[in-house]
Amino acid sequence: MIEISHVNKWYSPTFQVLTDCTTSVTKGEVVVVCGPSGSGKSTLIKCVNALEPFQSGEITVDGTKVHDPKTDLPKLRSRVGMVFQHFELFPHLKIIDNLCLAQTKVLGRPLDKAKTKGMQLLERVGLKEQAEKFPAQLSGGQQQRVAIARALAMDPIVMLFDEPTSALDPEMVSEVLDVMVDLAREGMTMMVVTHEMGFARKVANRVIFMDRGEIVEDAQKDDFFGKPRSDRAQKFLSKILSH
Amino acid sequence: MNYNWNWKIFFEPNPMGTGTYLDMLLSGLALTIKTALLAWVIALAVGSIVGVLRTLPSRGAYWFGFCWVEFFRNMPLLVQLFLWFFVLPEMLPRAAGLWLKQLPNAPFWTAAIGVGLFMSARVAVQLQAGIGSLPRGQRMAATALGLTTVQGYRYVLLPMAFRIILPPLTSEFLNTIKNTAVAITIGLIELTGQARSMQEFSFQVFEAFTAATILYLLTNAIVVTAMRFLERYVAIPGYITGK
Repeated sequence: MIEISHVNKWYSPTFQVLTDCTTSVTKGEVVVVCGPSGSGKSTLIKCVNALEPFQSGEITVDGTKVHDPKTDLPKLRSRVGMVFQHFELFPHLKIIDNLCLAQTKVLGRPLDKAKTKGMQLLERVGLKEQAEKFPAQLSGGQQQRVAIARALAMDPIVMLFDEPTSALDPEMVSEVLDVMVDLAREGMTMMVVTHEMGFARKVANRVIFMDRGEIVEDAQKDDFFGKPRSDRAQKFLSKILSH
Repeated sequence: MNYNWNWKIFFEPNPMGTGTYLDMLLSGLALTIKTALLAWVIALAVGSIVGVLRTLPSRGAYWFGFCWVEFFRNMPLLVQLFLWFFVLPEMLPRAAGLWLKQLPNAPFWTAAIGVGLFMSARVAVQLQAGIGSLPRGQRMAATALGLTTVQGYRYVLLPMAFRIILPPLTSEFLNTIKNTAVAITIGLIELTGQARSMQEFSFQVFEAFTAATILYLLTNAIVVTAMRFLERYVAIPGYITGK
């Protein structure tokens, strides 16, 4: 579904953020990307739907080349759902209108169909009653669930999550993770940047560990948690799993 | 001071035979409002385009916006009006220059367009600041949903940016109204112009300019009130200045 091969990215000639990153996500797979701050996890995931440009290497999503200038990027992005750390709901639109905007403007769905779809998804994330409210009237956890519903409304073939719980109060983390776990169990292809190792243990198929712009470890979940091969991954795990 | 106050002067007939002195001032006010409205429409339209250009990733667009703003905001308005009214027709080929000079209502059009372009630079800078104040993730979220750049601006960035800059835009609208008074120098007989001719005909200088002052104050008070209503009307529940 996602093929990332030999991707390099520089912010300036002397500052390389991604170094020769190669990995893939197959259909129905849940891949967790973890690593210390500044290791390039978010940058890598943003390269997948071309929110960030990269200078060399190749990324294909469902056979479409992301790096090809001829690619219709808006069309590709409309099929790749993305959830951000800071939710990024559109503050001037009601919750239901947040869900309908791209459905109508990008996919060309009639408004009534978009609304029906939006309401179904809001019900699914447990927020049907909030449809007529504005984002600022919702809690962080609720906003992030709306953001997930907004991405799902586009019928994505794959979902990208960029630290979806990092900006949340601790007691709201689980309501968001529950939605993501359900999604994973239903067979959604997911690439998730997160520090939530509990989530990784529960639903991930593979775990990618990044450090200083490199993919240091790319292993099956059990292998990763059982016997990480690299020192750096071991150190990272011992720090975040010790409490 | 030996001054003969006469507040009844307003109801005496003016020497032009167009009614009373008050009628004279009111016709000046009408012309001020007409000029200011057209100038404001131009300032908003052109300023919005230039402001957006200054926030696009394209270097060419940025430089065009930069030059536009620096040209129009770094020259005194008076000089700009002289430039458009006296200099431009001489610079053009003879026939075009002659056509310009013989244009009916030339002072009105020159004033409206000249003040409009001068103010467009200020609107552009404010809109740029408004767009710049939005979280970077908003643009990313719009892009990630598959919205094109134009759609992203139209449905996501501009609705929020304009809400944010509404209070300073009110000031710019007031400045536009006041700046039309400069057009008296190119022969536009607007409110200030009419107050001056009333003074010349009747020698009641204090009455004339008191009346003009009050008319300016009233006009601007109406604009301020209307803009307050607009601010409240577009306020987003729960967001910064929400109701």
